Amino acid sequence: MQLQERHKQYWQKNLRLTGVLLAIWFVVTFVLGWFARDLQSVTFLGFPLSFYMGAQGSLLIYVILVGYYAYRMDKLDREYGVQERDL
Amino acid sequence: MAGPTQSRFVSQLKRYYALYTGGFIGFVVLLSILEQMGVPNKMLGYIFLGVTVLLYAGIGILSRTSDVAEYYVAGRRVPAFFNGMAVGADWMSAASFIGLAGTLYLSGYDGLAFVLGWTGGFVLVALLLAPYLRKFGQFTIPDFLGARYGGSIPRSIGVFAAILCSFTYVIAQIYGVGLITSRFTGLDFGVGVFVGLGSILVCSFLGGMRAVTWTQVAQYVILILAYMIPVVWLSVKHTGNPIPQVAYGYVLEKVTAREQVLNDPSTPDGAREAEVRAIFKQREKTAEDKLKGLDAGGATYLAKEKEKLVKTVADLHAEHDTDPKLLEAANRAVAEFPTNAATARSRWRREAETDRDKSGPVMAHAEPFAGPDETTRDNKRKNFMALVLCLMVGTAALPHILMRFYTTTSVKEARHSVFWSLFFISLLYITAPALAVLAKYDVYTLLVGSSFSELPSWVSAWASVDKTLMSVTDINHDGIVQLAEVTIGGDLIVLATPEIAGLPYVITALVAAGGLAAALSTADGLMLTISNSLSHDVYYKMIDPHAPTGRRLFISKALLLGVAVFAAYITSLKPGHILFLVGAAFSLAASAFFPALALGIFWKRANKTGAILGMVGGLATCMFYMYITYPFFGVNAPLWWDINPISAGVFGMAVGFVGVIAGSLLTAAPDKETQDLVDHVRYPNLDDDFKSKVS
Repeated sequence: MQLQERHKQYWQKNLRLTGVLLAIWFVVTFVLGWFARDLQSVTFLGFPLSFYMGAQGSLLIYVILVGYYAYRMDKLDREYGVQERDL
Repeated sequence: MAGPTQSRFVSQLKRYYALYTGGFIGFVVLLSILEQMGVPNKMLGYIFLGVTVLLYAGIGILSRTSDVAEYYVAGRRVPAFFNGMAVGADWMSAASFIGLAGTLYLSGYDGLAFVLGWTGGFVLVALLLAPYLRKFGQFTIPDFLGARYGGSIPRSIGVFAAILCSFTYVIAQIYGVGLITSRFTGLDFGVGVFVGLGSILVCSFLGGMRAVTWTQVAQYVILILAYMIPVVWLSVKHTGNPIPQVAYGYVLEKVTAREQVLNDPSTPDGAREAEVRAIFKQREKTAEDKLKGLDAGGATYLAKEKEKLVKTVADLHAEHDTDPKLLEAANRAVAEFPTNAATARSRWRREAETDRDKSGPVMAHAEPFAGPDETTRDNKRKNFMALVLCLMVGTAALPHILMRFYTTTSVKEARHSVFWSLFFISLLYITAPALAVLAKYDVYTLLVGSSFSELPSWVSAWASVDKTLMSVTDINHDGIVQLAEVTIGGDLIVLATPEIAGLPYVITALVAAGGLAAALSTADGLMLTISNSLSHDVYYKMIDPHAPTGRRLFISKALLLGVAVFAAYITSLKPGHILFLVGAAFSLAASAFFPALALGIFWKRANKTGAILGMVGGLATCMFYMYITYPFFGVNAPLWWDINPISAGVFGMAVGFVGVIAGSLLTAAPDKETQDLVDHVRYPNLDDDFKSKVS
């Protein structure tokens, strides 16, 4: 199977999207987690910010990341003509 | 599968499960009417557990199949939404349902590592694995390793690792099943295990993945209702707001304020706490002194201590008006005195530790990595991060979860179904911290400060079931409950919430049914993973590739039965250490699978040598670290960089990645066919060239 230029572009775009979303995932989980003690004096919706992020905020962000990836990749599939039939 | 048939199938499913959910709610209402009419609690418990188990069995029987694709991957036509629910039930085990809120109650912020780890891992599943595995479209995870890396060695290592982590995990589930059935029906633990096992088998035995899928959807509905109802009730009671996830910020503030009062000796409540803590401090010192004496004197010291106790008994006998209770206590002290230095040391060490915990100030619930000094805090932070990483990567490597993404209709559906999975899972994980805070508020304000003569009824009820779950002792003899006098086991929080909130018994039974659904659904998925690995990967792919369908399924079912009985046997020995078993499964999966799977998709250069090196190296490192550091094995070697044994996976993963990369670079690149396979997996559709792609 010979890949065409558009296939390579599709994969590059997929990699870029994956990379960006993983970076957000990393910052939300590990960078905010690392500085949790410094963030506890900030209040958010009545919670200390670090507790809020651990108990709720990060989870909502994860759901959004996964949802956005599904949405964006569907569009990308169609843009580059690699979508599946029978849908 | 053509479009119209699938959409008819979807709307049919929606109708069935809507009816089912309505029916289940009706059933709960009916039972609560029965309760009002005076049907005894035990009867309600039996009806509740019996009906739900029969329901699962019924779905299992209706979904029986003798088709290979139906048996292994539910015919690959599970819609994203329903696969999301099935993953949810598959994912959330007894540990999540019963244990998580308790862990959060006991360790506050630090317990959030589990919440983060068990949800954030799905980001990795979505971005790095699920769509590609679906495109690959075989039956098991070792299938992928076998095809991608060639030969039977990577496949065999995959089978070994899949069985290892699924088996450690399934033991924990069956244990949960036994615990719940025995506690709520009064059956013996062993009988409970086998009753639970029977219902697991009926589901998976006849219909394989197909039956397990539709049962798991049904189980998700029950478990999420069972989790939500008591928390919503508790939230309305305390805040007037029916959405606990929003409302508990306000309760958390009150809990924090209460913690400060209890830690402040200038307030009346704080002064009483300080008094109790001083007593525990004294007890800790006594235990430490005994330990020191033991270290210096060994067996001689032990004998001397025993002599003292015997003398006390003799003295008491000599007095003619001895209090019989005192005498009994003295006699018991002699009878229970440790017989050798090793038992003495471990018992006194445990005593000293419990007393030390009790003698410290109340831990602030919302404070991250709390500790007396900078070193402790840094250490906690480091371990928090390591645990989160292991749980996340483990999530993205446990075969019973990844397998579920083979069952969707397409790559697109696989991506959507990870979204629904995470959505359905997050519902519970966002609620658990709220439950922990609400329950804590009740304990801090209602229980603490109440009089020993008027304890709430749930306290005595649970104390009589199990002392480790609930015990209250009047340490300073003032007749009033202080926080330091209360011992609460983590598992109590979820199981007792309905009673704490003053709900009817039927809700308690509902929670038990929810816990059972969580344990059974996870056990179903795990059992199937194990037996499929053996029947499909070992028997069909390696021993007899020409085996006819009938024989393959027969072998699979026979193995399922064998695995189930073996697992139940192991569980009935009560190996204990449930949390460690669960944690170990994640670390093992993360070390063995993740590097080889992810690099196999994203790095064409990865080859067979690399995969073998990475998987074996990762798994071996992880197992070795657990072996040398986990107290159970008795080696007790020093920790590496202070990382706890539960997070052994961080080392395993690192070695795994280095192994795959080094091994691949040192040997030749994989052949053209393998590289084509990687391309095949990367694009949802590479074969059709849609000319008219965008209009």
